[in-house]
Amino acid sequence: MLELLGRQTLQIISGLGDFALFTGTSFSSAVKSRRLARRVARAVYEQGALCLPVVVIVGIFTGLVLGLQGYYLLSRFGSEGLLGALVSLSLVREMAPVLTALVLVGQAGSALAAELGIQRNTEQIVALETMGVSSHGYLVAPRLIAALLVFPIQTALFVAIGLWGGSLSGSLLLGVEQGVYWSSVERAVEAQDVRECFMKAATFGLLTISVCAYHGFNAHRCRTATGARAVSASTTRAVVHSSIIVLAADYVITSFLV
Amino acid sequence: MGTVKQDLLLHVKDLHKRFDDHVVLAGVGLDVLRGSVFTVLGQSGAGKSVFLKCLTDVMQPDAGQISFDGRPLSFTDPVARAEFRRRCSFLFQSNALFDSLTALENVALPLEQTTDLTDNEIRRRSLEALRQLEIDDHSDRYPSQLSGGMQKRLALARAIVTRPELVFFDEPTAGLDPLRRNAVFAMIAKYQRQFSFTALIVTHDVVEALVASDRVALLDKGRICFEGTPAEFADSTDPVVCGFRDSADALGSSLAAIRRGENIQSDDT
Repeated sequence: MLELLGRQTLQIISGLGDFALFTGTSFSSAVKSRRLARRVARAVYEQGALCLPVVVIVGIFTGLVLGLQGYYLLSRFGSEGLLGALVSLSLVREMAPVLTALVLVGQAGSALAAELGIQRNTEQIVALETMGVSSHGYLVAPRLIAALLVFPIQTALFVAIGLWGGSLSGSLLLGVEQGVYWSSVERAVEAQDVRECFMKAATFGLLTISVCAYHGFNAHRCRTATGARAVSASTTRAVVHSSIIVLAADYVITSFLV
Repeated sequence: MGTVKQDLLLHVKDLHKRFDDHVVLAGVGLDVLRGSVFTVLGQSGAGKSVFLKCLTDVMQPDAGQISFDGRPLSFTDPVARAEFRRRCSFLFQSNALFDSLTALENVALPLEQTTDLTDNEIRRRSLEALRQLEIDDHSDRYPSQLSGGMQKRLALARAIVTRPELVFFDEPTAGLDPLRRNAVFAMIAKYQRQFSFTALIVTHDVVEALVASDRVALLDKGRICFEGTPAEFADSTDPVVCGFRDSADALGSSLAAIRRGENIQSDDT
């Protein structure tokens, strides 16, 4: 039992080291990578434009639900006028960075893990290495750089749409004055809240995309399956690990910043 | 002797590789002369692909020496490795084409990523390589839209676009029917003459390899048990060579017998 525990602990530590090395190598090889801007633009399109509809839909419904729940909660205390503050602070400090990251993991992250897994299976990654091209610099680095840009932008968009959703349910459906709602938003949100929001978004972006890339890139090292099943298992692991990491990192960052 | 030394492009000495208790390479050595076609024959599982991976820097050998153009290659010498990769190309058994890139983009990729050429020059050279391999009409197609033979030519175009001195071929005819096998070896021989690169091929196709090669080696149980010209291979009385050669002859005889309408019986019946 003790031996098993020790082996598992060593495996986790070794895995974390390997992951850190993978991320570090990807960033350092970006320096030497040629024509990086084009591949970053492509990755921005994949993580940004292609994921936009889902971010918009989830943002609207999150705002609508926050507006409804917030109104019924605040109306118990006769404080409906604070609906804007409740919706905006919930979105900016917690919900927008976390939900945006989870949405992007589900769409861009899973696609990335599957793509890299297939490229590994079909020897495309080895082919790059034999050409003298850094596979980290060519395949991973642009995605990581794009994540640092896209996650904060998508999160900002999520906040904007969520606020509008909150206003829709709170003002148009439940009768809170538009002016009261928006002035409450303006009064509640401070610069520190926005900084925390963007810091979380960038951290989640870096962590989730590198976890997804790591699992896809190392699909051939999957112990439980080979071939297409290894790609499937790696993609599943990428999404599960990324989702857990988002929630864990959210707790850590919040505990430091509150 | 001095001339031979001067023309030596790749020198491999005493290469060892094992996976746990399984010894795959047990002291492999060979010399490849510049401008020649050198084929390493061997049955499936003889260690040909591992040998090639060790040569091409994809896998680290446990022991042994590899020298390219007189310079020893070491895993701890990144400059020598980079230089080696710049001057060599690899044609994969599976072609390893980038399925999300068009034919032109596939060929342009090594130039884009390893040279400082302008976009126009890269395009010109990539189109030229496609034209030389007679697939320039399909430059905007994706690999999945090309036939098996075209994919092989596209992979070769990508391999030669950087004008390498040495091209490694890993089982270039695996999974192909006899007609296509002949065509692939003829293609390798034709373009090897046209572009003057040195070719190192690993395969188990004896007949096609003998026709296309200048020198042949036979890998068996992790060792090179024969090295010589195709004529010497054909005349060799070494039991391992005879066994390997006869397996190909037996196939030819069986096919001849089938043509004559005779029943084929395996040895164990």
